[in-house]
Amino acid sequence: MRLMQEMSQRALDLGVPMSVHFDITYRCNERCVHCYLDHDDHGEMTTAEIKRVLDELADAGTFFLTFSGGEVLMRRDFFELLEYARRLMFNVRIKTNAVMIGEAEARRMLELGVDQIQVSIYSHRHEVHDAITKLPGSLRRSVEAIRFLAQQGLRVTIANVLMTANMRDHAGVLALARELGVQYTLDPTITPKMDGDTSILNLRIPGSELNGVFHNESLVGNVEEFCAAPPLPDEDVMEGYPCSAGHTLAYISPYGDVFPCVQFPLPSGNVRRQKFLDIWNHSPELNDVRSIRARDLPVCSSCSHVGTCTRCPGLAYMEGNMRGPSTADCEKSFQRTGIRSANMIRLDGNHDGRVPSGPLIHILPLSA
Amino acid sequence: MSDKYIAKYIAKSSAIASRLLGGEMMVMSAADSTFFTLNPVATAIWQAADGLTPLSEIVADHVCTKFEVDPETAYRDVERFVDELSRYGILMVSDQPFADSATSPTEAA
Repeated sequence: MRLMQEMSQRALDLGVPMSVHFDITYRCNERCVHCYLDHDDHGEMTTAEIKRVLDELADAGTFFLTFSGGEVLMRRDFFELLEYARRLMFNVRIKTNAVMIGEAEARRMLELGVDQIQVSIYSHRHEVHDAITKLPGSLRRSVEAIRFLAQQGLRVTIANVLMTANMRDHAGVLALARELGVQYTLDPTITPKMDGDTSILNLRIPGSELNGVFHNESLVGNVEEFCAAPPLPDEDVMEGYPCSAGHTLAYISPYGDVFPCVQFPLPSGNVRRQKFLDIWNHSPELNDVRSIRARDLPVCSSCSHVGTCTRCPGLAYMEGNMRGPSTADCEKSFQRTGIRSANMIRLDGNHDGRVPSGPLIHILPLSA
Repeated sequence: MSDKYIAKYIAKSSAIASRLLGGEMMVMSAADSTFFTLNPVATAIWQAADGLTPLSEIVADHVCTKFEVDPETAYRDVERFVDELSRYGILMVSDQPFADSATSPTEAA
């Protein structure tokens, strides 16, 4: 792991887009209630266009390539693209609902040397999972596919997005993952739709449930460590950058739009009009993202969580200011540690109408 | 130099991912996600591993001419390196040229 961190640091120092998340389609065979995408095809890139982009990414130094969507297998040329990507020596990861993966597809993924496959599972209960995906039989088919993939020896991770409809089912999904012999990851993040529609945010699990998740040893490991109060931020923290988005990570949409990250819909260029590397090196938007340091964040720089918060600049951007707080992450920091964020204190000194259960710790910025 | 050694050919496995980063090759095995970085000498050998060029020629052309090292030492060190990578399954070794080399079309960065 240390070697990987060293290479990530080198990629950062050299300005190399080491990881690219490439949504090759927004079309999907499921209609998940929390999905942030528009599934209509508004003119996605052709096979030849995507291959050209892959060539450009290889030239730019991209090593980790995630094919995602939509559902990647909705593209008839998926395996042609996968084969091409592997010939270019990318480390390929796939995000899928796996509904269209049978034994033959699983075998092909193994032959092509896919590194990891992440499958979305919302519940171990058919009635809950299928109600979220709106595709009858989807849990049965996804689980069957996971068995095929695991039998091939492929590394599979079940991604369990938590929302109000399935917030009590994580233990069941974790048990399912163990039974299948695959990894499990939980994500309580529901993001606004890419067009800015925030109506799906009401699916976010309430703070009390989040608190339970963060204090569940089977999910987070060492609870004491995970939920520890944040240490006093030092100079390194204040000079640090918020996340890898736009630094060593880029996102490309099926239409060729380049963003800093899949959760950060800041239009930064389009690979149909410009070479990827020109966008990566010269986009004013990406350079703006790169210029941000923790000390520059008007609210978060004065927050005790500044060094440990999962603050997502993309979510902050969708709230109106990429340098501002991401309230969803404020909530996570609060539920994890019991310590209210600077933004919560700033807003009204009261949280969710309840008396805060944790101590009120608020530090002044180091630069003040 | 090549006459002194038993013919040996090396080719990259198709079950790996690799990319050049700041002059050093990153290599990851798809089988078990083992991650390696190769120093500039090893990177030069890796890039020359086309399955068709004898190892002795690779050492002569890509190591002895670029780095200050005598041929005997260079070949011995390269053999050790090749053996190690082959144990991890990321480099294939044969006494015959590979018919279908798994070399990548692009590795530059």
